[in-house]
Amino acid sequence: MGLRAAFRLRMERRRLQLRAARKRRELSTVANRTRVVRPGAILAFSTIRNEKPRLRYFLKYYRELGVDHFFFVDNGSDDGGAEYLAGEPDVSLWRTNADYRDSRFGADWTNWLKFRYAHSHWTLTLDPDEFLVYPFCDTRPLPALCNWLDQSGIRSFGTLLLDMYPRGPLSQLRYQDGQDPFELAPWFDPGNYIMTPNPKYGNLWIQGGPRARVYFEDEPEEAPSLNKIPLVRWDRKFTYVSSTHMLLPRGLNQVYDQRGGEKASGCLLHAKFLDSLIEKAAEEIERRQHFARGREYDAYHAKGQGQNGLWCDWSERLIGWRQLEVLGLMSKGNWA
Amino acid sequence: MTVGFVMMAHAELDRAGHVARHLADHGCPVVIHVDRRSPNAAFFDLVDQVRDLRNVHFAQRIKCDWGTWSLVAASRSSAEMLLKIAPDISHVYLISGACLPIKPLDHLTGYLADHPDTDFIESVTIREVPWTQGGLSEERFTLTFPFAWKRQKKLFDIWVEAQRRTGRRRTTPKGIAPHMGSQWWCLTRKTIERILNDPERDICDRYFRQVWIPDESYYATTVRRHARAIENRSLTLSKFDFQGKPHLFYDDHLALLRQSGAFFARKIWPGARKLYGAFLGPASRSVAATGTPATEIDRIFARSIERRTRGRPGLLMAGRYPAEGFENHLTAAPYAVFHGFGDLFHGFPDWVSESLGSHAHGHIFAPEGVEFAEGRTGYAGCLSSSAVLRNHNPEGFLTNLVWNTRGEHQAFLFSGRDSQKICDFLARDPNAMIAAISGAWALPLLQSGQQIGEIRATAAQLQRREAAFLNRLRERRTRARVRIWTLAEFLENPTEPLQVVLDDLSVPGAQTLAKPPRLRPMDGIAGFLQELRNAGMNPHTAGAFSERRAAADPGSATPHQGAQKLS
Repeated sequence: MGLRAAFRLRMERRRLQLRAARKRRELSTVANRTRVVRPGAILAFSTIRNEKPRLRYFLKYYRELGVDHFFFVDNGSDDGGAEYLAGEPDVSLWRTNADYRDSRFGADWTNWLKFRYAHSHWTLTLDPDEFLVYPFCDTRPLPALCNWLDQSGIRSFGTLLLDMYPRGPLSQLRYQDGQDPFELAPWFDPGNYIMTPNPKYGNLWIQGGPRARVYFEDEPEEAPSLNKIPLVRWDRKFTYVSSTHMLLPRGLNQVYDQRGGEKASGCLLHAKFLDSLIEKAAEEIERRQHFARGREYDAYHAKGQGQNGLWCDWSERLIGWRQLEVLGLMSKGNWA
Repeated sequence: MTVGFVMMAHAELDRAGHVARHLADHGCPVVIHVDRRSPNAAFFDLVDQVRDLRNVHFAQRIKCDWGTWSLVAASRSSAEMLLKIAPDISHVYLISGACLPIKPLDHLTGYLADHPDTDFIESVTIREVPWTQGGLSEERFTLTFPFAWKRQKKLFDIWVEAQRRTGRRRTTPKGIAPHMGSQWWCLTRKTIERILNDPERDICDRYFRQVWIPDESYYATTVRRHARAIENRSLTLSKFDFQGKPHLFYDDHLALLRQSGAFFARKIWPGARKLYGAFLGPASRSVAATGTPATEIDRIFARSIERRTRGRPGLLMAGRYPAEGFENHLTAAPYAVFHGFGDLFHGFPDWVSESLGSHAHGHIFAPEGVEFAEGRTGYAGCLSSSAVLRNHNPEGFLTNLVWNTRGEHQAFLFSGRDSQKICDFLARDPNAMIAAISGAWALPLLQSGQQIGEIRATAAQLQRREAAFLNRLRERRTRARVRIWTLAEFLENPTEPLQVVLDDLSVPGAQTLAKPPRLRPMDGIAGFLQELRNAGMNPHTAGAFSERRAAADPGSATPHQGAQKLS
């Protein structure tokens, strides 16, 4: 990379940081319990909007993995989710009614909170429907993973966003508050992911899965990105560029090996395809607040109402991380 | 007769305290050295934690930097102290605060009682050490290292490089033959005393002060001067990864550690409650010490290094995307590509799957969509038959197909009509077995019954594509296994390519061509090609037809009639 390109990326990083700092004015504190955060604690950051039924399981899942403190930005929920979060002892909550899209889909808000609170902590940045699975996650909690990453001198941990879906139409599901979403949506596409390197930021661009297969059959280049880097040992110099797909400085995006080996990586199980999506798609089409003006939601609305939904003969049912490892969707790397 | 322990601790001191308590409870004296750089508060907590134990002592704290003499100085003074306060011990065992006894201690004392004069230490001459990392092996002993690697990395590198450039070398003092090995040893009292009381100790010290990572070489070298019987292995199980970092052990390693023949294991993740509970708890199950190497452990860690450095060939994923030239095979398994065969034979994929046991697809790069085996609309891994999706990334599509069907042999048809973006990939992939009959495109055109004027352009395009593909295959950098016949050669002896394919793809001689696939009617082909020639095109990829065939099939003005009659 030439000096000029390096300089331009540096400017971009600075610009994003300033932007995040400016956007902090949109946040008002609801519950700030950051005083209890100890050095070395593992933190999770998320932006929510009307996702109350999901929150209970989300907190349970990540508490069990070993997340010590949660940082939420509530973007104008009116379903009681914010009140629930404000009452939890390991949650700090901010509230805003500002425009989601203008905040680069929440990234500016969480970038700011990370700048302020996450320096030198291992930090997860997640949507409330994303569930991290990594090698040995059934026997080794997150502190073990972070400790190993530290020892190995690794600052960021890459994942594949794995879309999980039910067999049959979404309208048949009844997701209950607090339920494990993968009881309802245990299926995934085991081997139709394609990847291309992104020379500008140095990340891998992964597409595929059921959404490319069904919703973006005719325009695959528009299919959503599935590469995510949710776990980073944060430094206040860092910033996410687009969702959690890539970061600056670009060295953080080098979560894959280019010399033929495999770096340890995980999967983010994506519990998007539940009955709540139907309502959400209708609402989001009105709101036009999502990426590419919510084109994805148009597609959900128009398609996927067939008898099997996203399910097909070759779909696999989730058993556990070892299955994902054998399928090549994640890797142990040299963690043994 | 018992064994005493020197424990080097610098972090997670409460775990070190647990282990020290366990050792002391079993009657073994312990001297703990805590790094001067560790926080004082943690140190005093540890002192409090073991205050009630009379045979646990603390050595003078020294500031320790990884890779420097300070570690030897600390362990040596601690060992000296241990010998002084525990006159009855026969052996000294050096462990770290992250070590865990994985055998009951009476097994260890029993074992040492059986070998009263043996020193257990890894000690290998530097030329034979395969495991040094980072390029410094012999240079550890010939350069000087005044800078701390962890804190002064830049200076360290500059200084090493400067010495390399100027050719500055140290001389090794007489009587010192550098050896290396794991720093976790168990030596007899006599050997340690001799090392401590060596009249040439000062010379030795002066030399090793400037050696890189002396804790891996000081004892390994000096023990060679003084030991009576060396057993060249460590009683501590420790595994190193490809960067030379120690592997950590976790709760899920419990069964493995139980199998191990070693007495201690390092390093243990401090949060491994189950491990600490199992091996330090009262119910620690005893397993006979076998002394045999635990091959299962070796295999697991060797495999993990292989996974990290070589990866799974043919897999592209969030953690693996090899740059060109580093792929170590582009795809996961061998597969076969039949170029032109589909034009010449009826139901060729069926024949392939029958005779070769392959999963034989049609034209998976057909412009209309993917022709998966048995006419399926999707395939393993949820691959879609949509041409748009496939064309979005044809290389990824083929890589996925081969990866998803590991354990089965794949074969597919290819021709000039198909999307050609995959050609270069096929040529680069050592897993591709490409059998091609050039000029076969003429047959479907002949049988289409259309006039030459109508198909002239199509024929030229098909031939151009075919020629480009074959030229690519003939290049020297091609890594696929390639067999090419011209249509003319094929017609001379139609069974030869089939026999060659059978021989290539199965055990030689095991298969004879019992039932050849059904050939499409070939009548009039020579004449058809002549007609193309007459129309101003040169169908060169079809090859030169022999006089005999050309005579038997004179270029009639209406070559298609024959074909039409047959069909």
